[in-house]
Parts: sequence; C-alpha cells; structure tokens
Amino acid sequence: MHELSITESLVSAILERVDGRVQTVTLVIGRLSGLVPESVRFCFDICTQGTRLEGAALDIIELPGRARCLACDQEFELPDAIPLCACGSANLEIISGQELRIKHVEVAV
Amino acid sequence: MCSTCGCSGDGEPVVTDLSDGGKHSHDHEHGPGHSHGHDHGPGHSHDHDHDHDHDHDHDHDHDHATTVTHQPSTRLVDLEVEVLAKNDLLAARNRGWFEGRGILALNLMSSPGAGKTSLLERTIRDLSSELSLSVIEGDQETVLDAERIRATGCRVVQINTGSGCHLDADMLARGLRTLDPPAQSVVFIENVGNLVCPALFDLGEASKVVIMSVTEGDDKPLKYPHMFRAADVLLLNKLDLLPYVNFDVERCIGYAKQINPDIEVLTMSVTRGDDLERWYDWLRRQVTAA
Repeated sequence: MHELSITESLVSAILERVDGRVQTVTLVIGRLSGLVPESVRFCFDICTQGTRLEGAALDIIELPGRARCLACDQEFELPDAIPLCACGSANLEIISGQELRIKHVEVAV
Repeated sequence: MCSTCGCSGDGEPVVTDLSDGGKHSHDHEHGPGHSHGHDHGPGHSHDHDHDHDHDHDHDHDHDHATTVTHQPSTRLVDLEVEVLAKNDLLAARNRGWFEGRGILALNLMSSPGAGKTSLLERTIRDLSSELSLSVIEGDQETVLDAERIRATGCRVVQINTGSGCHLDADMLARGLRTLDPPAQSVVFIENVGNLVCPALFDLGEASKVVIMSVTEGDDKPLKYPHMFRAADVLLLNKLDLLPYVNFDVERCIGYAKQINPDIEVLTMSVTRGDDLERWYDWLRRQVTAA
C-alpha cells in the first residue's frame, strides 16, 4: 500500500501550495507508474479528512504507456511494465506512462 | 504504538540505535503530561457553535443590473507538481551527503525471507577486515534483524516503519543521523521485505540491489516488473536448494533481462558460501567508483 504514503504526500503538497477550500483535485497517473488509481481514491478520502481537501472530488487522468524501441526505432503503446517490442527487442525507452503528477486543483473563492 | 515506552507514535517511524543499549528516538517531544502539540495550517478550522437568532425583521435591498454576471465560485490553480518530488528532493540531499563523505550506500530489497539479513551477516564476516561497513535495518516491527547484525560486531541502526511498507528518503535521513557512518565506508540499507512499494522510493543510494531466492519461483521478475526494472543488480540466492524446487535459473535470468536489459545477475548460496566472491568483487568495484 505505497498508495497511502503517496496520497499523504500529494495532500500535503497541495496544502502547502494553495490557500482556501479545495473542491476538485486533478491527478495524472500513468499506467506504468506502479500506482493503482482505485487505491489512490480509497486513500484520498482517508488522507483528506480534517483538511481543507475534505470532500473534494478527485479526477484521475490515466495516461497509457508509450515506448520507443532502441533497436528498430518504432514507437508503440506499452500496455504493462513488461518492455517488449514486436521486433523482439526489450531494449526500450519509456516515453510516457510513468507520470504521477498533480495537474491542477479547483479552489473555492 | 511505541514498544518501549508505550506512547502513541502516531504511526511515525522509530529509529533504534542497537549499539546504544537499544535507546530509541522519536521525532516528537514529550512535554509534561505527555502531550503532543499540533499546528493548525491556515485552513484548518475547528467548529464553534454560536446561537444566532434574529428577533427582528429586516429587509435587504439589492439591485440587479440588466445583465447579471455571477463570479465563478471556484478558481483553477495549475500546479503540475510531481507527487514524489518531495521524496526525490530528500533523496537527492541524501545522495549529496553520501557523495560528500565518499560513502557507498546500497539499497537492498527483496520479498520477506529471500535472505537479505543472512547475506549481510555473511558479507560483514567476510569483508569487515577489508571495508568499513554499517547497516540500516528497515522493518515494520521488532529489532530482530538489527540484533542479528549487531551480533556480527557491525554498527547498526533499526528503523521501524510501523504501518509503512517501505523506507523513504526522510526515514533514511533520520536513520543516518543516528548511525553517523564514517567517511569512505559502505552503508547497507536493508529495506522492508516487499517487492512492490520500495521500488518507487528513491533513498539517495548509489545502487539498488534486489535479492530473490529460488524458493520464490522463476517468474518473479515478470510479476514484479517495477522492482526488477529499478534494480542495478539481481542476487539470485539459495541455489543450494535447487534440487528441491521447481526453478529454472536460466529462465529467471531471461525474465529479469527482459524487464531490465542492463541488470547484472549474480547467483549464489549465502548459507553454503557458494559464489560469494563474485558479489564481493562487485562490491569492491562500487567502492572504488564511490
């Protein structure tokens, strides 16, 4: 359950940066980030209790994994963390899918 | 709860110095009456009940312009903050701390029971005359592993994470303040036994070492790709048990290389002492590079 400590850090990162009551939090989570969005949702409700984020809606934008093969230079979607190109090479550069970012928040005015 | 004084540690990690009679420190202070202070952030409010009765009628007049424009009730704040930025920053600080002192820090990770502590016991016995070694032990509870390390005569500090399933850069920094390793030495960080969570948390180490044993099944690299992708070296342990288990060493190494083409693989049996010299050579190379 690394999602719990990661969700704790995202809640404190928001509290440090914005004043006022937070109504919506938008996260970007890549499919290769090692984070389960449903677990983050579960932890978010717990971690926000008693804070200015309590009751805030959580929007999660999931990004697919993408990789470039360093053997044949093809770019393709990577459905999981097992790197394998159609050409047989496993020597890949991950281009996206490892994101774990707070995109923006909506704050009451 | 703290197992020594019974106070509530609020789930905070506890650092125990084994060479100091098991003295442990908390990052909170006990005031008279055992109270814990807490700070209220700007938006942290308590509810207060007030009676507020209106016992008279009053009118409010307000005019609407022909076109009514309502202000939006919320404003959008762009953050674009990496969630692990704080840990990564603290890890970078640890990394600088190690580099400034010429210390080689290695993050040892595995599932519970793969042989991390046994590997350290044996390594300390074989190399302590040659290298200056110390250990930070990470476990949810108990100082059992630290006691095993202390029995070898090696300097050791135990971090108990409580409910935490991994060490993070802040816990390591606190452990290091207690350990106070000498310059030009090697610090082994034995992470919490777990093939999932520790992979995501940079501690500031020079290398990540993943240990797996042949009793775990040869498909583990495929099942826990994040861990094997993050690791610099894989130590495949308990080869003495191969006659009793269904484990294909070549297949396992193939899977590990499929996940991470750059991973170095060393096979060994810690209890029988087989092939440990290759691990020691790897260690010596890292020490020279540090």
